[in-house]
Amino acid sequence: MAEIIVVGAGAIGNASAYYLAKSGAKVTVLEKDSCIGNGGSSRNGGGVRQSGRNPAELPPVMYGVRNIWPGLSDELGMDIEYCQEGNLRLGKTEEHLKILRELVRDAEAGGLAMRMVDRAEAREICPFLSDEVAGASWCPTDGHANPLLVTLAFYRAARRLGVDFVTGAEVVSLRKKRSRVVAVVTACGSVYEGDGVLVAAGYGAGKLLRTAGIDVPMAPVLMEMLVTEESPPMFFQMLGAAMSDFYGHQTKHGSFIFGGTHGFEPYTDSSRLTGTSIAASNTCRGVIGYFPVLKDLKILRTWAGVLDDCFDHIPVIDNPVEAPGLTVGCGFSGHGFGLAPVAGLLLSQLALGGSPALPLDRFKYDRFRAKARSGNT
Amino acid sequence: MEIHRKHLSDFLSQPDDAMIICRCEEVTKGEIRAAIHDGMFSIRELRRFLRCGMGLCQGRTCERLVKAILARELNVRPSDLDDASSRAPARPIEMWMMANEVFWHG
Repeated sequence: MAEIIVVGAGAIGNASAYYLAKSGAKVTVLEKDSCIGNGGSSRNGGGVRQSGRNPAELPPVMYGVRNIWPGLSDELGMDIEYCQEGNLRLGKTEEHLKILRELVRDAEAGGLAMRMVDRAEAREICPFLSDEVAGASWCPTDGHANPLLVTLAFYRAARRLGVDFVTGAEVVSLRKKRSRVVAVVTACGSVYEGDGVLVAAGYGAGKLLRTAGIDVPMAPVLMEMLVTEESPPMFFQMLGAAMSDFYGHQTKHGSFIFGGTHGFEPYTDSSRLTGTSIAASNTCRGVIGYFPVLKDLKILRTWAGVLDDCFDHIPVIDNPVEAPGLTVGCGFSGHGFGLAPVAGLLLSQLALGGSPALPLDRFKYDRFRAKARSGNT
Repeated sequence: MEIHRKHLSDFLSQPDDAMIICRCEEVTKGEIRAAIHDGMFSIRELRRFLRCGMGLCQGRTCERLVKAILARELNVRPSDLDDASSRAPARPIEMWMMANEVFWHG
């Protein structure tokens, strides 16, 4: 029976642990925090979205939406609040609509059913839109789920399959034996050894992987979200805007979760998970611009999280040839939640040396090539 | 501190399990105890799993009670447990107000 050490107890680490245990492996998950899933897994918008993605991500995310998400509550034995009511990405101006048409064209090229809808049809799908909305892109198979529950559901199910979880265990280095990565060392000096190591540690993976000579070009980016008081059910689509000034949805509980981008993200301090003075008010303006009907809703809480933004904004899902024994899942660049179950499945297959359910060529570590090439003339 | 998450002894019901601990979200003591036996070993996990402390008051009323229940089930001191974090806004605030960009002087 293979023994795998998983670093990181977020949605992807927990999903990996679950699928590894289901395949019969012995698994230990090490988490640096005192709490399970305290990074991006519990700080994101909960989108299970195929539309608006890099074409490289379409095969895995579409696989997840077809084969994993609809049955995930049953599989994990608790309601993870998956809701497949579509994604509307809204536009007001001709410039916005041009961006949306390009998204639709890319999606169609990747085999994803998605189309433009006009003002009237957008309002038919969601009657609460501002009159200023001129059109939208519409992907009916998109949706959302509760990221807090998904993360904990994988943890709970993995634990029931016998996976060991250790919290407060910050892994500081990877250790090789006969050139294979088989062990890790924690900040307390503990050594955990198995037959292989699977790193699913978000931005924190960068520093750790460098101890085995693996350099994934990632930057930390602070993103902020807010949640409102609960409101009677209004609409259940996942929502977004052409310029990404806001995105979000209404949860099963009734509260609305919203995030947004303000344009200064790369220049904020991501070393502390504290909100900036600009993000929440920017998101509110974005939301009210498209949904004036929500302007009196009260905000209960705001929070921040850190993206592991990869150089080309798609993840690494790979066994780097430079480090046998090591399986890497990082650089999800803010798209990790919707991919988490399928990423966990694929990473578990890689860690056990099997063939993954999908080709992973686009997510290989060897795609990063520095500027100067040997033999250049 | 590295903590290996052991499985607790089987969940046994108690006479006051129906008592409401989180008033905003109506979460009972029994639900909290059952979630702890299901592996939720921190205040944050309990919040995210059950919504206790996620309502209008954001846990101002129940957090100490939840912490006491968690400490007792895990057989540790409440001071050994991490708190949930407090976040802005201090009081619920309307979206239009948060959205306001205008500075008012006097």
